[in-house]
Amino acid sequence: MTDTPKLTPLYDLHVELGGKMVDFAGWDMPVQYPMGIMGEHKQCREKAALFDVSHMGQVILRGDNVGTKLESLCPQAFATLKAGKARYGFFTNEDGGILDDLIVSNAGDHYFVVVNAALRHQDIPHMRANLDDVEVTEIFDRALVAVQGPKAEDVVGELCPVARELKFMETTLADIGGVECRISRLGYTGEDGYEISIPEADAIRLSKLFLAHDDCEPAGLGARDSLRLEAGLCLYGNDIDPSTSPIEASLAWAIQKRRKEEGGFPGAARIQKELAEGAAKKLVGIKPEGRAPARRDVEIQSAEGNTIGTITSGSFGPTIGGPVAMGYVSAGHGTPGEKVNLIIRGKAQPAEIVVLPFVTQNYKR
Amino acid sequence: MATYYSEDHEWITVEGDTATLGITQHAADQLGEVVFVEQREAGDAFEKGGEIGVIESVKAASEIYAPLNGEVIAANEALADNPGALNESPEGDAWIYKIKISDASQLDDLMDLDGYKALIG
Repeated sequence: MTDTPKLTPLYDLHVELGGKMVDFAGWDMPVQYPMGIMGEHKQCREKAALFDVSHMGQVILRGDNVGTKLESLCPQAFATLKAGKARYGFFTNEDGGILDDLIVSNAGDHYFVVVNAALRHQDIPHMRANLDDVEVTEIFDRALVAVQGPKAEDVVGELCPVARELKFMETTLADIGGVECRISRLGYTGEDGYEISIPEADAIRLSKLFLAHDDCEPAGLGARDSLRLEAGLCLYGNDIDPSTSPIEASLAWAIQKRRKEEGGFPGAARIQKELAEGAAKKLVGIKPEGRAPARRDVEIQSAEGNTIGTITSGSFGPTIGGPVAMGYVSAGHGTPGEKVNLIIRGKAQPAEIVVLPFVTQNYKR
Repeated sequence: MATYYSEDHEWITVEGDTATLGITQHAADQLGEVVFVEQREAGDAFEKGGEIGVIESVKAASEIYAPLNGEVIAANEALADNPGALNESPEGDAWIYKIKISDASQLDDLMDLDGYKALIG
């Protein structure tokens, strides 16, 4: 990155809170605060943590039948997504690979879409080029703040009572501290919580209101990564990319029945074939038996010593208290309980295939 | 007994031809919370600049480089069960190796405390 890093509306707050700033997809973001990744991770699992996710792309889609038109780009049932509901999805390519993953919300008179920071420049032209008669507006003047954890409802509910009424994957407009915000009950940590789209001028003020709660502390991208990994959630660029299909990525759950049967999305031929016959490889959870973390690109071998795959995400899981990883193994492997070896710095380290997620997801359904 | 510092943020406290080696508090602070330490075994010889172990934090793995030629006499086994000690007392209980120094003249390439403080600002 030679360009000057971009700053989110919360940048001054990160500096004030002692955030350790790093470049992430061209944005100057806090990887951690003085509490540290382990403490911030546990804070989110046990109480509540506030994350700045303003680097992600917020997009408004306006027009007739936007949901139906989105179905031409994604294998999700967006045409039938009810107002006030949000749904996880992904753009696929003609080869059935994943171009990006996203959250689509039906906001009533428009659709609200959140895409990955690194792919804003790709996704927005992609939608403009392919969604006929849909006005695609990228939002630059709003922050996106995630409040996550078992106490998130208390933290947000004190300032915004309607937040308590939302269920998992529901979204609404609501007044918080005198400003209208879009609040959605979802996240990327495996915990209950919210993502809140806030006008940039009010972002620091409202974040400080959340942080004033005894149970809420700021958390950085480091904890966000270890939390999502323990929760078994894919990271675009690590676990999914244009070569991996959603079936390989164990994301068949995110393709609704009608779309599986009818197809009509890019790459449907491959995806429907893999649904029927199985994929060449699949994403699984991997628990190293020792203490050494197995990181991205570590080779996975069968008990017999044959190469069967590669780790795509791996770290230390603070809640698990040991290393955790995800990776792809070839067809015929990947049964929970299967013993494998991970080749870490030239040495074979024993590990076991496990069911994802590593921690129970704690959503308010 | 004298303590020297390397540009790779290690300290070594020398007693005759043996020494204790660890990482500085500054290095530990930069690494973040340590979750795993991979150490060499007693008897392993090493050369200046060679990798003599790996320290893993939640986020990343970082190599330890030998500040001079020598041989491992003992690795601090307490770090296997409690790698987090490297954040608490990297310049005390959480030493990494006892080593035998092969070439004492290489100590001249290392810094004293004032020099190291100047390096880390």
